[in-house]
Amino acid sequence: MSTLTEAPPPLSPTAPEKKPPRRRGRWTPYWLLLPGLLWLLVFFALPMIYQASTSVQTGSLEEGYKVTWHFATYWDALSEYWPQFVRSVLYAAAATILCLVLGYPLAYLIAFRAGRWRNLIMILVIAPFFTSFLIRTLAWKTILADGGPVVGALNTLHVLDVTSWLGWTAGDRVLATPLAVVCGLTYNFLPFMILPLYTSLERIDGRLHEAAGDLYARPITTFRKVTFPLSMPGVVSGTLLTFIPAAGDYVNAELLGSTDTRMIGNVIQTQFLRVLDYPTAAALSFILMAAILFMVTFYIRRSGTEDLV
Amino acid sequence: MKTTDSSGDVRLSGISKTYGSFTAVHPLDLTVPQGSFFALLGASGCGKTTTLRMIAGLEEPSSGTVHLGDQDVTALPPYKRPVNTVFQSYALFPHLDIFENVAFGLRRRGIKSVKKQVEDMLELVQLGEQARKKPHQLSGGQQQRVAVARALINHPKVLLLDEPLGALDLKLRRQMQLELKRIQTEVGITFIHVTHDQEEAMTMADTVAVMNAGRVEQLGSPADLYENPRTTFVANFLGTSNLIEAEVDSKSGDDIVLKAGDGKLVLPEARCAAPAGAGGKVLVGVRPEKISLTHADDAGEIPVGRNRVTGRIAATSFIGVSTQYIVDSAVCPELEVYVQNVDRDTRLVPGAEVVLHWSPAHTFGLDAAQDIDAGLEEEAAA
Repeated sequence: MSTLTEAPPPLSPTAPEKKPPRRRGRWTPYWLLLPGLLWLLVFFALPMIYQASTSVQTGSLEEGYKVTWHFATYWDALSEYWPQFVRSVLYAAAATILCLVLGYPLAYLIAFRAGRWRNLIMILVIAPFFTSFLIRTLAWKTILADGGPVVGALNTLHVLDVTSWLGWTAGDRVLATPLAVVCGLTYNFLPFMILPLYTSLERIDGRLHEAAGDLYARPITTFRKVTFPLSMPGVVSGTLLTFIPAAGDYVNAELLGSTDTRMIGNVIQTQFLRVLDYPTAAALSFILMAAILFMVTFYIRRSGTEDLV
Repeated sequence: MKTTDSSGDVRLSGISKTYGSFTAVHPLDLTVPQGSFFALLGASGCGKTTTLRMIAGLEEPSSGTVHLGDQDVTALPPYKRPVNTVFQSYALFPHLDIFENVAFGLRRRGIKSVKKQVEDMLELVQLGEQARKKPHQLSGGQQQRVAVARALINHPKVLLLDEPLGALDLKLRRQMQLELKRIQTEVGITFIHVTHDQEEAMTMADTVAVMNAGRVEQLGSPADLYENPRTTFVANFLGTSNLIEAEVDSKSGDDIVLKAGDGKLVLPEARCAAPAGAGGKVLVGVRPEKISLTHADDAGEIPVGRNRVTGRIAATSFIGVSTQYIVDSAVCPELEVYVQNVDRDTRLVPGAEVVLHWSPAHTFGLDAAQDIDAGLEEEAAA
């Protein structure tokens, strides 16, 4: 470098920084979206299109399947397997209600009363996730085993007489009955109910409870008029997170149920993997998806959660 | 409302609150008469909010009783007490509109036709138009008025206000102070107002209790507290005080003569809050606006009988209506003097030798055993 002239300040690295960064930033959101969109395209949109085309194909394994726009598959599938659809919705709804009844008090306890035990209880809620879904469900097979302590106790207390009369259990068995499947579903999806409930309860300002009490609301009225309405976002997302996977579940019905408790997930699994009737399996999947979308939309409209802050 | 009615009296007897080994409120006796505007003033953590919450029933006292009128309400839960609270940052119900927020208390008491009452109340706080909006759609000042309306509509015997103006900007706060004062005069309900803002307490309240470290330091009318502070905390927390360490020299009539440095200061015995035996130490206090400032060259013109302290101006600041001087003196560094800008003496610039003088009647005496700086930090923090 010449000693005669003073070195100019190093312009190049800092100069572009001084320009307002607006133009460059315009595309940033799209770049950030790109990986997610790609993922969605490859692992969601494409398989969906593939499934959709499968559902309107005809043919056989030996001769291969061709798209023949055979929509009758949908009607046939529905008319043959509607009992399993109804059963899936009923079991999932029962499990969702049970999850809400069991999960709400616990979420409430963690959010407002647990104090320093809060983190420990949260870990206990999540702890089952450290083992596989399958193993946890198999464990319930042991818990509900014939002649086991649980069934024995229920028998002694004559609870099974009532549930058998209702058709939930059969004789002195719990395993291989609707009750067993619903228990399994409830157990497996309970954390999905508790976590969103906890999140929305925990966000409620404690002073609102005090304000309600100050304005002559008894504790139970405070819950009815303030706490519960404010926890509605958690109730809605918790029930959705429980109901949707439970309606499509087949592991619980497979391991804890019998042929009389087959859910739609079991039918789809059998059609795909044993009968190898791909069009029917794909059509059933689409019917399930449409049914769930319909119910969820209706539910969200009814609960009016978009109105909540 | 009749002033002789005592059903709105609040009587605290020996009430205290401890959390483990920490005492938030030391046993406290306090009577707030029906219809008065009472302020609990203190820095954060002084126990004022805890005291308020014990009256509301939101906090259970560790000892003592709370009476409303003749009724002992100590054991009553909040929803059975005839008091309502305006909470700090309002605690409006976010899922209910303004109308339902205001109607909440009426509905809980099983009142069926709430429409007229709620509309009248919203008119009173000038929010008739906003009835169907949600709280988050309103400005801070409007939310504050909703909180007041929601409490007042229940005609409580006592309205408790927990830093109700803390979240508002200065201009709005001044406006709401007048507004609250107006409402209180109109409805005649006892107001107990918790604040850390000494100016707010002084403008609004009839009676102020200054709290410090879980105790009431002093209780009285704003003017009384300002003119006759009994402790260094009150002297420093309410406005500004010059406190000069002095030694009791002698007594003459109703006055105490004190020695500060080489000079003598006179203090009316009635205004001395400390035992003043000869040789004892006393803190001599005087408010900055009570002091006159004369250039040392004109010292001869100062009338006889005034307390004098000589010093040198360290700094001045002009703030429009007055000029504030900081004067370093041998008896006390950094004395503050506020002089009205009527006839400004151009010689009074930093470095000038001056004489500070004031009437002995404006002097107060405090116990020298206290921390001379008590209340200074709290005021800065508040």
